[in-house]
Amino acid sequence: MTTLINKTNHERTPAALIFLGLLWFSLFTAATFLIILFGSLLLDGFSRLNGDLFTQYNNTVPVEAGARAAILGTLFVVSVAALMTVPVGIMAAIYLEEFADKKNRFNRFIELNIQNLSAVPAIVFGMLTLGILQLLGFSNKNIVFGGSLALALLVMPVIILTTREALRAVPQEIRAGSLALGATEIQTTFRQTLPAAIPSIATGTILAISRAIGEAAPLLLLGALVFITYDPNGLLAGFTTLPIQIFGWSSAPQAEFKTLAAAASVLLLAILLLMNGLAIYIRNKFERKW
Amino acid sequence: MANFSLAPTSKRRGEKVIRGILFSAAGLSVVVTVGILASLLIPAVAFLREVPIIEFLTGTRWAPRFEPASFGVLPLVVGTLWTTVIALSVAVPIGLGIAIFLSEYASRKNRRFIKPVIELLAGIPTVVYGFFALEFFTQTILKNWLSLEVGSFSVLSAGFVMGIMIVPTIASISEDALNAVPQALRQGSFALGANKMQTTIKVVIPAALSGIAAAIVLGVSRAVGETMIVSLAAGNRPNISLNPLEGAQTMTGFIANAALGDSRVGSVEYNTLFAVGALLFLLTLLINMISIRLVRKFRQVY
Repeated sequence: MTTLINKTNHERTPAALIFLGLLWFSLFTAATFLIILFGSLLLDGFSRLNGDLFTQYNNTVPVEAGARAAILGTLFVVSVAALMTVPVGIMAAIYLEEFADKKNRFNRFIELNIQNLSAVPAIVFGMLTLGILQLLGFSNKNIVFGGSLALALLVMPVIILTTREALRAVPQEIRAGSLALGATEIQTTFRQTLPAAIPSIATGTILAISRAIGEAAPLLLLGALVFITYDPNGLLAGFTTLPIQIFGWSSAPQAEFKTLAAAASVLLLAILLLMNGLAIYIRNKFERKW
Repeated sequence: MANFSLAPTSKRRGEKVIRGILFSAAGLSVVVTVGILASLLIPAVAFLREVPIIEFLTGTRWAPRFEPASFGVLPLVVGTLWTTVIALSVAVPIGLGIAIFLSEYASRKNRRFIKPVIELLAGIPTVVYGFFALEFFTQTILKNWLSLEVGSFSVLSAGFVMGIMIVPTIASISEDALNAVPQALRQGSFALGANKMQTTIKVVIPAALSGIAAAIVLGVSRAVGETMIVSLAAGNRPNISLNPLEGAQTMTGFIANAALGDSRVGSVEYNTLFAVGALLFLLTLLINMISIRLVRKFRQVY
């Protein structure tokens, strides 16, 4: 009589257990890192997480410094960037997903190009914006318009890619049904396909915007590391943003500024967590499974 | 009923206009790429007129602001290489481990809990990672806990933290690749008596190899282009050294640091920035193309 191998022992050879242990270890490392990061920032920055952080302008005296100009700058710059990039990104995605002839060489080139753009280092978009501002004849590079343009160009590929995925998830039958009833392709797209994809598009867009909120490198090139003690009040006003302010405070020698940097980091993380939460909420609440 | 026609009754000129607008939105991305090339290459060419390309690419001293100035980019390239190698040696095992766990071992319930946690790592701004590397990782972990002889800046600290930043990239793309391996291959392996570990290592991973390679290549691209972590934690001193406890300047670190200074538009100093930027862009472009090729390969197989 033959006996089948006992399944439990078979799965629990020393090698298999070590392998599983290593997998758990990699998860454990990532999770521990996350906990230590959040914990150390909270602990470091706790003493400065108060109203002054929101209401005070930056100051050479650390005790009196706050992030007001940076918070308002982030809001302003990112809102303008979103207004510039979201409509264009969604339109580009609609073209590529709904209208473009996939066999056309130029369309294939556009696709490849967008994939590439999404992996271009962020700092390069700062250099591109420097070039554009110079071309448009702006003598001042630290202006809200420039910052918004850099962030808009940076996240556009991300918005295009996520919107395309959202449109692709809408079943072909919806389009076929609409076309069969006599609607044109444009009507089908704007009255059926796009509305059905809105929740996924919203989720992707929110995540793209949160990437813009946290980005510092391209703005550094636009000279956003400046001392601003007024609220940014126009597209041509000077600006600084929260990530740039954190960068500035981290590089300052005084320990009090490091505390401020930690407090501002906690604030930035809180904003991003909130946006991520919103994205997940929209995904769970409105997204349809076909 | 003789003149019955299925042709559209209206020409719908408006719709043609809408199509045109949609097309130009997509075409804008090509304009952006051309813009990047122009804005980097024009100053870079001006730079190469004053500094021979051989000196730029093979010189071992980078001191554009000193007298006499020296424009050998190798120290920056070595700095970038160091941080990238360290980052990848952290990110590849951890990211791959997480991907294997999620795709082969985790229950549906566990996956729903673990995935958002890993995605959180991807959402943390790089400047926050940089601050953490500078203040906590270098000072507390390397200096106090491990008592290493490390200054304020070190390649090890910047590279390690950058590695954690890249974990989600590698984990999610590798997981996609592992998930794309047909169930039949696993069942075949089990049927021959292999256990889960043997199946994973000998069947699933080899089948998903091009996708995993794409994930690693994309990780390299992110490490090469990352700016804030290295400029905060690796320091600003160009340095060819084999000691990871020393600081070094990377290509991106130089660009960020040089942009802080006020150099006149058109001066050699100013153009230096774009020469390094062009090198960085071409390098990441090459890496990205390799990654896109690899992804296409694994999508085609099954």
